[in-house]
Amino acid sequence: MRESQTTRALIFGVLTLISISTLIPFLWMLSTSLKENYAVFAYPPEWIPRPVTIEAYFKIFTMIPFGKQLLNSIIVSVSVTLGQLIFCSLAAFSFSRIEYPGRDTIFVLYLATLMVPGYVTLIPGYVLMTWLHWVNTLNALIIPRLFGAAYGTFLLRQFFMTIPFELQDAATIDGCGHLRIYGQIMLPLIKPALATLGLFTFMGTWNDFFWPLIVTNSEEVKTLIVALATLSRSYFSTDWPTMMAGATVSLLPMLVLFGFAQKYFVEGVVLTGIK
Amino acid sequence: MNYRKRNMIAGYLFIAPNLLSILIFVAGPVLAGLILSFMKWDLLSPPVWTGLTNYSTMLTDDNLFWKSLWNSLYYSILTIPVGIAVSLILAVLVNRQMRGINFFKSMLFLPVVSSITAIALVWKWLYNPEFGILNYLLELVRLPALDWLNDPRLAMPSIALMSIWKGMGYNMVILLAGLKGIPRQLYEAASIDGASGWRSFRDITIPLLAPALFFVFVTSTIGALQVFGEIYVMTDGGPANATMVFNYHLYQNAFIWFKMGYASALGYFLFLVILLLTLVQLRFMGKKVNYDL
Repeated sequence: MRESQTTRALIFGVLTLISISTLIPFLWMLSTSLKENYAVFAYPPEWIPRPVTIEAYFKIFTMIPFGKQLLNSIIVSVSVTLGQLIFCSLAAFSFSRIEYPGRDTIFVLYLATLMVPGYVTLIPGYVLMTWLHWVNTLNALIIPRLFGAAYGTFLLRQFFMTIPFELQDAATIDGCGHLRIYGQIMLPLIKPALATLGLFTFMGTWNDFFWPLIVTNSEEVKTLIVALATLSRSYFSTDWPTMMAGATVSLLPMLVLFGFAQKYFVEGVVLTGIK
Repeated sequence: MNYRKRNMIAGYLFIAPNLLSILIFVAGPVLAGLILSFMKWDLLSPPVWTGLTNYSTMLTDDNLFWKSLWNSLYYSILTIPVGIAVSLILAVLVNRQMRGINFFKSMLFLPVVSSITAIALVWKWLYNPEFGILNYLLELVRLPALDWLNDPRLAMPSIALMSIWKGMGYNMVILLAGLKGIPRQLYEAASIDGASGWRSFRDITIPLLAPALFFVFVTSTIGALQVFGEIYVMTDGGPANATMVFNYHLYQNAFIWFKMGYASALGYFLFLVILLLTLVQLRFMGKKVNYDL
């Protein structure tokens, strides 16, 4: 089925238009963030700020502890991502590669927790945090997720299962223990799956909102995303250049990461179905 | 130590951190939440067992419960059919060899990796009735300016529009994977038999894409019923409760009014609804969507 030149030109045109409509909010955000306060009220709206100023970026970093919040986001996202990769892969290895009684029963429990949406555990989780005195500390953001979730374990297990057992048997005969088989033979073989899980965990943690919103309240402990959301409901909400500067800073890490690892993101969606 | 015993110790050691964490932070809270839903508790005074009171209050004595349930349903109706249709069109459009096609795919995926709170903030600015770019564009084509988020009739559709924009790239990628799985020979055969492009799309693409469409439908439903961040940033549930969705009502009960028991009951109610919906979808559509080739 060959398409005519005209059809293809038409499709190209439509896709260009749609891409522009996808980009407009981002460009408008960037443009506003580089404007003087009075310039946002210009009519007709100006796409290129005159004059260009980075005042709003200075403002967001001095008005609230945005630098500290950026650091919080980085600490939380990096540690949760590393933790998930380590502990999910360990558990996945155990579920798929070591045989022992009780294993499959436990795995069914895992599958059951997969069906539980986050907001069901929200309130008891919050109560647990108050008991542990973790409310308003980074502990509340890191520790409940550090040791991995059922989803990551499930995903990696699927990948471990595709590796032939002969490989493991040969290593065992050569005197390899489980830890070495896991670390030196199995992990390198599922690198693409680890990359995907890592990226999606990082994205999910960086963008996470509901849980961090309820377990943090002082500015010093908030993540970037929560700080931005609460700022947007404060007295400063109409300071659009500052709001857009904050939004730009909070989006930048994900956009850069996406730029470098597009392939893994796009293939990862199909692989995992994680949002 | 024999081989079996060593296996068992290693096996349990490997899952221990992961398993304990899931027991403490997921399984435990799920059970605690169920128990809490039969209690009255403001976190300060000791909890009181009230039996089914929370559930009966929900159904008979809380106008916002029904309002928020309807709003979540309304949001789903606004976003899911249009969202899936748009993603399907995009998937068909990008499913070809063409210069720049990877660039287009990347652009469409940008909103997917972006945080909903930042995106909601940007769109709040786009929707600004006086200085927003959208009203300016409307004016350019001689249409009247709209009061997007401040108009009770428009607030939900405005949020829905943003959500469709944010989510279309995600569903596009899933549907695209489905499209790539359809054998080319089918289209070639149809073409030889004289089938039009539309006919091929209707009678080959749609039926064979049904599993992917079904997956997208189920995940979109689950996602739509849990919308929260955009409401927090854009409307705070207003105007006049027009965007008071289920999870926002739950959030207010728990963390503004500290009705922990009642909010837990709300959470369990939604959990049950989603579980039932998923089962119904699996039962009614699951059968019809399997075309093994």
